[in-house]
Amino acid sequence: MALAFDEFGRPFIILREQDQKTRLRGIDAQKANIAAGKAVARILRSSLGPKGMDKMFQGPDGDVTISNDGATILEQMDVDNQIAKLMVELSRSQDYEIGDGTTGVVVMAGALLEQAERQLDRGIHPIRIAEGYETASRVAVEHLERIAQKFEFDVNNYEPLVQTCMTTLSSKIVNRCKRSLAEIAVKAVLAVADLERRDVNLDLIKVEGKVGGKLEDTELIYGILVDKDMSHPQMPKQIEDAHIAILTCPFEPPKPKTKHKVDIDTVEKFETLRKQEQQYFDEMVQKCKDVGATLVICQWGFDDEANHLLMHRNLPAVRWVGGVELELIAIATGGRIVPRFQELTPEKLGKAGMVREKSFGTTKERMLYIEHCANSKAVTIFIRGGNKMMIEETKRSIHDALCVARNLIRNNSIVYGGGAAEITCSLAVDAAADKYPGVEQYAIRAFAEALDSVPMALAENSGLQPIETLSAVKSQQIKENIPFYGIDCNDVGTNDMREQNVFETLIGKQQQILLATQVVKMILKIDDVISNSEY
Amino acid sequence: MAPPPTDLVDQLRHEIDEEAPLPAIVLPPASGSLSNSAASVVNTVEEEEGDNETDEEASDDDSDKGPTFIRSLGAWSKPLHFTPPPTLPEPATPRFGVTEMLQKKRIGSEIEIKNHPTETQGSPKIYFVHFYYSTTSLDTSSSPFQRRISDLGDLRHRAALSRLPILSMPIDKIFKDDASEEKGERARMASFIGAMAVADLVKSTLGPKGMDKILQSTGRGHSVTVTNDGATILKSLHIDNPAAKVLVDISKVQDDEVGDGTTSVVVLAGELLREAEKLVTSKIHPMTIIAGYRMAAECARDALLKRVIDNKENAEKFRSDLMKIAMTTLCSKILSQDKEHFAEMAVDAVFRLKGSTNLEAIQIIKKPGGSLRDSFLDEGFILDKKIGIGQPKRIENAKILVANTAMDTDKVKIYGARVRVDSMTKVAQIEGAEKEKMKDKVNKILAHGINCFVNRQLIYNFPEELFADAGVLAIEHADFEGIERLGLVTGGEIASTFDNPESVKLGHCKLIEEIMIGEDKLIHFSGVEMGQACSIVLRGASHHVLDEAERSLHDALCVLSQTVNDSRVLLGGGWPEMVMAKEVDELARKTAGKKSHAIEAFSRALVAIPTTIADNAGLDSAELVAQLRAEHHTEGCNAGIDVISGAVGDMEERGIYEAFKVKQAVLLSATEAAEMILRVDEIITCAPRRREDRM
Repeated sequence: MALAFDEFGRPFIILREQDQKTRLRGIDAQKANIAAGKAVARILRSSLGPKGMDKMFQGPDGDVTISNDGATILEQMDVDNQIAKLMVELSRSQDYEIGDGTTGVVVMAGALLEQAERQLDRGIHPIRIAEGYETASRVAVEHLERIAQKFEFDVNNYEPLVQTCMTTLSSKIVNRCKRSLAEIAVKAVLAVADLERRDVNLDLIKVEGKVGGKLEDTELIYGILVDKDMSHPQMPKQIEDAHIAILTCPFEPPKPKTKHKVDIDTVEKFETLRKQEQQYFDEMVQKCKDVGATLVICQWGFDDEANHLLMHRNLPAVRWVGGVELELIAIATGGRIVPRFQELTPEKLGKAGMVREKSFGTTKERMLYIEHCANSKAVTIFIRGGNKMMIEETKRSIHDALCVARNLIRNNSIVYGGGAAEITCSLAVDAAADKYPGVEQYAIRAFAEALDSVPMALAENSGLQPIETLSAVKSQQIKENIPFYGIDCNDVGTNDMREQNVFETLIGKQQQILLATQVVKMILKIDDVISNSEY
Repeated sequence: MAPPPTDLVDQLRHEIDEEAPLPAIVLPPASGSLSNSAASVVNTVEEEEGDNETDEEASDDDSDKGPTFIRSLGAWSKPLHFTPPPTLPEPATPRFGVTEMLQKKRIGSEIEIKNHPTETQGSPKIYFVHFYYSTTSLDTSSSPFQRRISDLGDLRHRAALSRLPILSMPIDKIFKDDASEEKGERARMASFIGAMAVADLVKSTLGPKGMDKILQSTGRGHSVTVTNDGATILKSLHIDNPAAKVLVDISKVQDDEVGDGTTSVVVLAGELLREAEKLVTSKIHPMTIIAGYRMAAECARDALLKRVIDNKENAEKFRSDLMKIAMTTLCSKILSQDKEHFAEMAVDAVFRLKGSTNLEAIQIIKKPGGSLRDSFLDEGFILDKKIGIGQPKRIENAKILVANTAMDTDKVKIYGARVRVDSMTKVAQIEGAEKEKMKDKVNKILAHGINCFVNRQLIYNFPEELFADAGVLAIEHADFEGIERLGLVTGGEIASTFDNPESVKLGHCKLIEEIMIGEDKLIHFSGVEMGQACSIVLRGASHHVLDEAERSLHDALCVLSQTVNDSRVLLGGGWPEMVMAKEVDELARKTAGKKSHAIEAFSRALVAIPTTIADNAGLDSAELVAQLRAEHHTEGCNAGIDVISGAVGDMEERGIYEAFKVKQAVLLSATEAAEMILRVDEIITCAPRRREDRM
C-alpha cells in the first residue's frame, strides 16, 4: 500500500490500520469486480428460458427452497461480496419495477461485464466503455420502441394477455398447467384493473396457498380467503347475504391505558362488579346485533363467555384475523374497520353475498371463503400443490404472471420473446456503431455482442448448438428484415415467435436493458476497493 | 518403513520419522533444475511405501494433474487420511500456492526463490499435498498475497496477476463464510444420492412382509417408537440433504391427503431418480427426462383409469370392496394378524360417518392390556374420565349440558380489580360472596333441567358437591377435543353463560354409565342422537403396540373415508404397477426421440415396486416379476404377487384391492417430486444460523 511522506520524511497515516485492510486498485479492482459480477451471472445463466434449470437452497434454518425465479435465487443466496450484492439489487429492482425478467437482467449485466473485460484488456479506459454502453443502450431502447407492436384487448377478449402470461409461466416448474394458471392470473388482474386509468393495484390480489391436492385444483376466488375458522365449533358454516362487522377491539372488558386499580372492600362492591362485568359482554354482543350484523370479524380474541354469548345470539364470529387480511376484507366488502363498539353503525358494516367455511384433506384444516362482496375489487388466487416448495414456487410464478398482465394493461406494447428482441437490438446497435467516431465504437460493438448472449444462453439451455442457432436466426432476421425470429426453445419447428405466441412486454425489455447498463456502468467506474480483510 | 527422501517429507511424516532411519537421499536445497528429479524421487518413494497409500496417492494424483483446482470440492476433496504436520513449514500455506502458481506461469520465479529458496525448490510435488489440503484457506486469504505483490511494486507481477486463473480473484467470496455451493453434475449427484438414500431407508418396510423400524428420539427419555408407517419414519428423521427433504415432504403430504401409500410414494420417487441418474450418465438432458416422465405419468394414469372398478351403485359389493381395501392396507401393518377384525371395525366406523371425511368423529382410545383381538368398536361415545364422588354412576335418558366455563374460582375479569380489605370479617364476607356467586352459577346450570354436566375446565370440590347434592353427574376437565366431539355426538351446544336456560340446546343420550376396560374406569355415552360418532377402543400388550396399531388404523380409516367419496378401486399386489408399466412401455415404443428412453425408464421404476414387495417377502423377485410381466401380456389379466403363497396369483380371487385415489396420488406426487429434484442444477447452502446460547 502506498506510503506518503511529508517533507521531513515522516510517514503519514492515510488509511487507519492498513495492515488489516485489503485494497485493490486500478485495473485489478475492475477485474476483480467484473469477475464477481460474472460469477453471479453464471449461476443464473442456466435458469434462463423455458428449459432453464432450477436452483435449490438450503436456508440457515435447514429449510429448502427450490426456485427458477431470478430475484428469488439471488435473494436466497447468502451473498457477501459487494459487487455480487449490486447484482442482487439489480434483480430486485427489476422485480419491483416490472416483476418479470429478473433472470434475464442479470444474465445481460453479466454479459456486458464480460465484454467490458475484453475491452479493458485492449486498453480502453473504463469510462469510455461506460459511455459507449450508455449510447448503445439508448439505441437499443429506441429500436425496441420502433419494432414494438400494440395489441388490442378488452375485458371480453383477453386471449392476447393469456398468451403473454403463458410465455412467462413456461419457464417455471408450473408449465404443466400454464394455460389455466395464465387464465387465472389474467382474470384476476382484469377483475381489479382500473381500465380507465390503466392501472392495477396488485395489493388487491391476494395469493394464498395450501398444501395438498393438485396444481390443477388452483382456483380464482372472487372474494377473500381467510385462513381461519369460526370461533365456536358449532356456529353455522355458511352465511348468505352476510353483514359483516369488522372490529379491532376485543370482546373483553375494557382495559384503560392508564394504570388503575379497582379495589374491592365490601361485599356490595363485589356484587356490583360482577353484575357490571356480565353487562359488558351482553352490551357488546347486543350492539353488534342491533346494527344488524350477521357476522363479526375481529382482530382480537374472545373471552369464553363472549364466545358463547355470540353463539347463543346466533351471531357467527371469526377471531384473530390479521391486520392485512382485515383491511382486505374491509376493502372488498365495503365496510369500515371499527375500533370501538360504540361506533358501530349499520353503514359501517361490510356486505358479502356468501361466507362459507371449507375443510380440506384428512387433517383439520379449515378456511373461510368470503365471496360475492359488495365491492368485488379484491380477488384471491388459491393455490393447491403437492408440497410446500411447489406452492411457494407457484406463488412466485403467479406473481410474475400478474406483473406481466399488469404491465400490459399499463402499456399494451409488446416485443417478441425467445431472444428475438435481443437479436434485433444487437443488429441495430451493431449497425449504429459504425456511425460513432472514436473509441466508443468498440464499446458499442461490445454491447451488441453482449446482447447476443441472452439468445445464446437460451439456445444452450434448450440443448441446441448455441453459435450455430444464433447465427442462423440472425441471418434470417437480416435477410427477411423481420424482427420476429427467435430461438425455438421448445422444439416446435419454427423460429417465428408470432406463430409460437411468445411475447414479452416492451417496458419489461426496455427496463432490462437500461437497468443492466446502469449497474455495469456503476461497476466499471469503481477503481478502488478497500475492505476489511477480517470478516 | 521406507526412508522419506527430503526434509519436507520428513516434516510431513513427523510421527513416522521418529522411528525411521535417517533419510537415504538428502536433496540439497537448491536450484530449479532439480525439481524434476524431486518428482522422480517422490515416485520411487511411492513404490517403496506400500503401507501409506492414501497419502501417496493423493500427492500422486495432484502431481499428475498439475495445478488444476476444482472449486468447492467439499468434503470429497479432502485427502481422507492426511494428517497435517504438527507444525507447518515456516511460511503459511497460501504463499506456497502463490509460488507454485507463479512458477507454473514462468514469471517472476527468481523473486520467489529469493524469498524462500529452500522450500520452493525442495519438492513442489509435496507442496501440492499441502496446497490441496489448504484450498479452502486459499480461497479466503488470497488477499495477503496480493498485498505482498503490490508491496513489491513490481509491474511485471501485476501483469502476471491479471493473467492468473480466476482462482486468485476474490470472486470465490461471493457467498458468506460458511455458505457453500454445489453446481451441475455434482449438485445433481448430491440430490440423487440423498433422495435415493431416503428411499432405500424406507424400502424395506414396503409390502405385507415389510419390516419395521425402531425410532429412538434424541429428546429426553429417548422414547422409542416402533413403526412400519413411511410418513412416521420420515417425519422423525433429521435430514440435512435438501433433496431428501423434498421426499420427506411428499410423504407427509400423502399422509395428510389420503393417509396411506406414504412409503410407496417415496420408494417410487426414489426409483424414478435412480433411473434418471442412469439416463443422465448416458448424456440425456434432465429436461428431456422430465418431458418423458410427464408423458409417462399421464399415460400411466390413463391406464389405471381404464381398469378401475366402481361399485358405488351396488351397496353390498361396495362394502365388500371397502373390506378388501381395509384388509389390504392393514395386512402390511402390525394388525395383520387380526386384519379381518380390524377391517370390519374400520369399515363400520367409516360407514357411520355417512360420507364425511371428518375423522375427528371417530375416537380412538388406547388402553394397554389384553390383546389386539380384544379391541372393539363402540357406537356410543367414550370419555376417558371419572365420575365425581357421590354422584350417580348410571343415568338413563340423560340430558347433558356441555360447557366451557370456569368452575374453580370465578375470577372478576375487569382489569385491575383486586381485593383490598381492612379486617378479617370482611375477608370472610367476600369469601362468602364468592361462594354465593358460585352457588348462583350452579343453580343457574341446574335450572337447565339437566342430569349430566360436562365441563372442559376444572370443577372444584364445592360446586362438585353441589352437583352431587342435586343428583347431577358432573364431569370435569374433559379435554377440548373431547368436548367438541361430545357436542357433536349429543347434539348439544358448548355453553359458557347460563342466563337463558330455555334457549340453550342440551345434548341427549339414552344411557350414561361407567364401564371398566382393563383396570380403568371410563364413562360411556350410548344411544346418542347423532349417529356419526363412534369410539374404537384398542387393547394391546404395550404402548408401542398400541401406538403402532393406532397409526395403522388411522391409515385404514383415511383410505376408507376417501374411498367412500371416490369409490373407484383397483386390484393390489403390484397389479396396478404392472398395468401401468405395460402401457408406459408401449408408449415408449411409439414415441420418437430421446424422450422414449425416459418413458422406458419410468416403466422400469414402476416395476421396481412389485420387485421390492417380493424382495421384502424373501421371494425370488426376478422370477416372479418376469412371470408377472408375461401374464400381463394378455388383456384383462388380474395377476399380481401373492406374498402369502409366494407365487403369482389372481388378485381378484385373493381379494386384494387398493383405492384408486391412493394410487393416483402416489403416481402424481412421486413424479412431481422427481421432476422437482431433476430440475435442480445448483445447490446453495446458506451458513447455518448462529445460535446464541442464552440459557
